[in-house]
Amino acid sequence: MPWTRRHLLTLEELSLAEIDQIHATAAAFKRTLSRSVKKVPALRGKTIVNLFLEPSTRTRMAFDMAAKRLSADVISLDGNSSSTSKGETLRDTAQNIEALQADMIVIRHAAAGSPLYLSKILNIPVINAGDGAHEHPTQGLLDTFTMREHLGALKGRKVVILGDILFSRVARSNIHALTKMGADVTLVGPSTLVPHWFTDLGVKVSHDLKSALADAEVVMLLRIQHERQASSHFPSLGEYTSMFGLNKTRAGWLNPKAIIMHPGPINRGVEIDSDLADGERSVILQQVTNGIAVRMAVLYLCSGGQPENVYAGPDPR
Amino acid sequence: MSSLWIRNALVIDPAAKRNAVGDVFVSDGKIVASLSAAAKKSTKVIDGKGLVACPGLVDIHVHFREPGQTHKETIATGSRAAAAGGFTTVVCMPNTAPVADNAGTIQFINDATRRDAVIKVLPTGCITVGQKGQALAPIGSLKRAGAVAITDDGDCVQSNELMRRACEYAKMFDLPIMDHCQDASLTQGAVMNEGSVSTRLGLRGWPRAAEDIIVARNVILSEYTGAHIHLQHISSKYSVGIIRRAKERGVKITAEATPHHLAFTDDELRTYDTNFKMNPPLRTASDRREIIAGLRDGTLDCISTDHAPHTDYEKDKEFDYAPNGILGLETALPVSLEVLVKQNKFKLTHVVDLMTQQPARILGLPAGTLAAGAAADICLFDPAEKWRYDAKAGFSKSSNSPWHGQTLTGRVKVTIVDGRVVFDRGQFGS
Repeated sequence: MPWTRRHLLTLEELSLAEIDQIHATAAAFKRTLSRSVKKVPALRGKTIVNLFLEPSTRTRMAFDMAAKRLSADVISLDGNSSSTSKGETLRDTAQNIEALQADMIVIRHAAAGSPLYLSKILNIPVINAGDGAHEHPTQGLLDTFTMREHLGALKGRKVVILGDILFSRVARSNIHALTKMGADVTLVGPSTLVPHWFTDLGVKVSHDLKSALADAEVVMLLRIQHERQASSHFPSLGEYTSMFGLNKTRAGWLNPKAIIMHPGPINRGVEIDSDLADGERSVILQQVTNGIAVRMAVLYLCSGGQPENVYAGPDPR
Repeated sequence: MSSLWIRNALVIDPAAKRNAVGDVFVSDGKIVASLSAAAKKSTKVIDGKGLVACPGLVDIHVHFREPGQTHKETIATGSRAAAAGGFTTVVCMPNTAPVADNAGTIQFINDATRRDAVIKVLPTGCITVGQKGQALAPIGSLKRAGAVAITDDGDCVQSNELMRRACEYAKMFDLPIMDHCQDASLTQGAVMNEGSVSTRLGLRGWPRAAEDIIVARNVILSEYTGAHIHLQHISSKYSVGIIRRAKERGVKITAEATPHHLAFTDDELRTYDTNFKMNPPLRTASDRREIIAGLRDGTLDCISTDHAPHTDYEKDKEFDYAPNGILGLETALPVSLEVLVKQNKFKLTHVVDLMTQQPARILGLPAGTLAAGAAADICLFDPAEKWRYDAKAGFSKSSNSPWHGQTLTGRVKVTIVDGRVVFDRGQFGS
């Protein structure tokens, strides 16, 4: 089946077959990352613009790195350096980028739906690098890629996503990918941050950590944002940690082979004990590395590449 | 003596209990029972065959943006959009720039209306100074200048104490208070209905509880003070229940529903189309059903459009940043016919009632009937004509309509104000 999508806007709209294609392509690219010469010529001569209108470290660096590994030229703009800070509309900013002959735009934006909006305006591919509390598709793809590396097929596997789900685009993208793969997903956190409407997405909602973690094979922690305390979503970080923080005792409730994931940035001592974040079950840094391979796959496929044509080549070592 | 003879139309005038094929006669700007044989010979005749002749429609909730936001709409363009939709009397909200919290601004609106309007445009004044919810506006002066009601429009008065005093004070002048019911503390940053769809889309939710709380507050204050409070654009099913029970006790409240809350649910937002963004937001199928039930049993008194023009470049934004509001005047009648008559088996006379006599009654306006002696404000429409609505070719200055491009059934053919034909089959006279 050829890859036909030009944009990557959500995981909700992808089929399982498309997710599989991205993962297979990412696996091929991942092999190139361990070579001494890490670049492949796939996107030579192409220009990718990273339009990051909301702060980001990890995602932006990973997109930057992925584009460079593919030999594309990369320009990064943030909210402060772009004209949006002077009142230019997103439409005008994006049309200018297209007029500058960019071949692809990667957008991070605080407003949900803005990548879809851009995709209707522009003739170049639009890649969603996180839109408000809506989706963060490449994060969902790299998370499920990492889970598959460790667990194999995810059908029937118990996955717990723990933390601030309400405001999390990472949670939503993971939910869509995991439910398509047939995983058994439970969302856990304070009831103010895990509203019951999430069950409409085909997942379970729980506020009881012990029963939720029992025998789980994956626990994904989400960052608790300090600003939520002020907005009355929970009493204090201390109370959150005492009720929902992952510590050694609670990690003992998990399946013995369970992996611990976190999209970063981590608040050590809040949602996770420092020892666990660095422990042998933690795959947090593998997620970061996989983020490059997955984003290479997305950039490559959405610029017209086909999965079977990945130039991975033999490992020279 | 100018006169007019509408022949063989289906005349629907719920106020006068008329619902039969017949004629309507106009003389000197008034409805008359008949014309003399001599007058009939010389008068202008409009063939009403196949058309409905009803009182000119009345909309007690529009935004005409003048003064101050005339890039969106003016009294000239807004009144033409209204006439094209069959409306002959509209009531504009005071959230202009500056807001209508003083007699001078009311006077400005009245002057512009006299100069530019093709229909009757009536102003409202603010409840509080600057619509800021802190101190009472000069309500007596607003009334004297011509305000037909007071309202802080989208800035619902949050202080119960201030609202209580506004009720007591306005009652002295027999001036209704119109309230957009929204507890602001529950809707910080909210852009759509809170629920399954907002959860999926990652958009901030506006819980219906924020409306219900203020509806209940207003019922309590109306009952306590005896003031008439009109509850604007009800969107929540629970609010309909609160209003129904209050009316059973005889509380002096009235309420309205908009065509968009009748026609749509928050499912429409799945593509982040800002032409479905308004306040209060579109809600769920069960809310929509209850609003329709409320109109059916009289819990909700009338249909109002909340016609809220915004330019293309203002609406063409990220969903979070686009302003609330959509056009309504040119589509209100066909949409109401579709939802209420076709889908929900309301009688045509009932829908005409909800758009003529009922809104006029709420604010005590001299409109909404074809009884002899009334102003000859008349709407003639073809209830069966199918037509494609092109918002960009409409008469509003803006085109922010969710019905753009849709085929609608029921089309206004002729609009008559004080006996003058102002809109005739798609055209305005000079």
